[in-house]
Amino acid sequence: MDMLDLKELGVRGVNSVLHDLSKSRAKSYQINNPMGQHSIACGLDATMQVKIEGHVGFYCGGMNQHAEIKVNGHAGVGLAENMMSGRIHVSGNASESAGATAHGGLLVIEGDASSRCGISMKGVDIVVGGSVGHMSAFMAQSGCLVICGDAGDALGDSIYEAIIFVRGKVASLGADCIEKEMRPEHQTKLKELLEASSLQADSTEFRRYGSARTLYNFDVDNADAY
Amino acid sequence: MDLLVLFIILMLITLTHIKFIAMKQNIPRTQPRKSATFDDYTLSEIRRAAVSGIYDIRGGGSKRVLPGLDDLLFLGASMSRYPLEGYREACGTDVVLGTRFAKNPIRLKIPITIAGMSFGSLSAQAKEALGRGATIAGTSTTTGDGGMTPEERGQSETLIYQYLPSRYGMNPDDLRKADAIEVVVGQGAKPGGGGMLLGQKISDRVAEMRNLPKGIDQRSACRHPDWTGPDDLEIKINELREITDWEKPIYIKIGGARPYYDTALSVKAGADVIVIDGMQGGTAATQEVFIEHVGQPTLACIRPAVKALQDMGMHRKVQLIVSGGIRNGADVAKALALGADAVSIGTAAMVALGDNDPALEEEYQKLGTTAGAYDDWHEGQDPAGISTQDPELSKRLDPVLAGRRLANYLKVITLEAQTIARACGKSHVLNLEPEDLVALTVESAAMAQVPLSGTDWIPGKK
Repeated sequence: MDMLDLKELGVRGVNSVLHDLSKSRAKSYQINNPMGQHSIACGLDATMQVKIEGHVGFYCGGMNQHAEIKVNGHAGVGLAENMMSGRIHVSGNASESAGATAHGGLLVIEGDASSRCGISMKGVDIVVGGSVGHMSAFMAQSGCLVICGDAGDALGDSIYEAIIFVRGKVASLGADCIEKEMRPEHQTKLKELLEASSLQADSTEFRRYGSARTLYNFDVDNADAY
Repeated sequence: MDLLVLFIILMLITLTHIKFIAMKQNIPRTQPRKSATFDDYTLSEIRRAAVSGIYDIRGGGSKRVLPGLDDLLFLGASMSRYPLEGYREACGTDVVLGTRFAKNPIRLKIPITIAGMSFGSLSAQAKEALGRGATIAGTSTTTGDGGMTPEERGQSETLIYQYLPSRYGMNPDDLRKADAIEVVVGQGAKPGGGGMLLGQKISDRVAEMRNLPKGIDQRSACRHPDWTGPDDLEIKINELREITDWEKPIYIKIGGARPYYDTALSVKAGADVIVIDGMQGGTAATQEVFIEHVGQPTLACIRPAVKALQDMGMHRKVQLIVSGGIRNGADVAKALALGADAVSIGTAAMVALGDNDPALEEEYQKLGTTAGAYDDWHEGQDPAGISTQDPELSKRLDPVLAGRRLANYLKVITLEAQTIARACGKSHVLNLEPEDLVALTVESAAMAQVPLSGTDWIPGKK
């Protein structure tokens, strides 16, 4: 495993090493002294393992493709934003908009996630060990958001085809988001996600939420909901 | 006796009535007068709303009469200025955009770029034609909400990739293929508004690119999902620079709302280039009430934006692109003279491709409109094959021919701008300056901060 000292190299220096695919492909790195800096390990585009020892700022792992990133600490706003594939795992908490617009891959947050977790998610799977803040899965298009704790207000507001699993309490549901029947295929999917995330939770304790699909095409009689 | 009195009374009443009618027939009538407040368009909109129960959605920009670049005139050369010889003495038109931070700035032959228009709102053929035309003319074209298509990238020598709140189709591979990135904060037709691509324009391909089912309305958000305010935007821009290894210029596009402060905050956020879009700038679709009542005219946006750059010592270091109703070389020259580094066109480019062509009048009539007024771009029935996803209609647009038309048009308006610049004694169009202009109206003099014609008076200045 190669050691990268961010204090010495700076964010640009660290990312330059990780972006040099002639050298970084299929390798393992450990980033020390992240110091809460922004944009660490964003734009990775190859299979590699990156372990970050400490807290990270905004947009860690942004637009990740293929890489596995582990953060031993907390993460700032926009963790794994627009991730396409690969895996990002945070041992602590994540700030707002974790997994925003992400298209694929797996995002695991062992602690809590703040508001707008999974906003406009487009295919990513997100597993949160703790609770999520308000407006999570807002306009979520596809993928799964698993919440092992509680969900804040307006969960799944204006949701499209994404699926939300919640084990704890839901403060309130957003427009067009409803509780749905937990069928066997959903149990199977949930078990897979929990197993992949290495988080311990009983899948039978979860409820499923998704779109009522009443706002999919504009209708003036639904004006109160808009 | 009583009957006789009654008879006389009735006779008197009848005679009086006959006399009144005769008098009335001789009184001239006033002309029927329609209300200026409730004019024909307003009445038709009230009736339309009453029947449909939905607000009017259309494409394009503001159609009302606004203070605009037509209200300015160039003075030309005379005793104190020396003109350049047309067709003989060179007048440069090249421009470099993104010189502040990017390793690879954008170098264009002409200061006229093609504005962002999405695949989804436009057909693939139209997007390809825009790329072809821009490339022939030596300028850039821009993606839109919905991602980058191979047709567009393939035919565009210089392609700007828009980074929008919806992030439809956004992916790092296309980001790296782009020549610059444009973070869209707003647009002139609807500052503060998002968008909606109605279900009838969601083909299989559009649905796949946007990760949504076919046939449902696709809402484009008005706010970015992972940043709020200029402090966050600065961090976001740094992320985009990191992902692309600081190679590509980052533009910020803002609607014409608060041009001075929005420009200043864009500089603070780290923009290489700022695009400011006035309310004449078009949109694929939004509410008529939004288009006509939110935002400021393009003319009103330019000088405050330039002043913000000058106050920060960043004029010409952060380049300014002006868009919203640019139609001809005079508009280009006036925007540059007021301090812009380039202009951007959208509606005019669509017209050059073939939009609203009178040759299609019969088909426009069938749609209940007329050539020159067709703006239901969101409905996907464009007979010109431009603002549609209908395969049969789209096929009508030949991207090669349409691209050629666009290139011709771009060359013509460049020549026009050069003609004006030479007449003002300028060896480069970017040397045009406010001192070359006067205004025809008090309003335009105040907005452009140039003297009212025939006076040395600039409203607001002593």
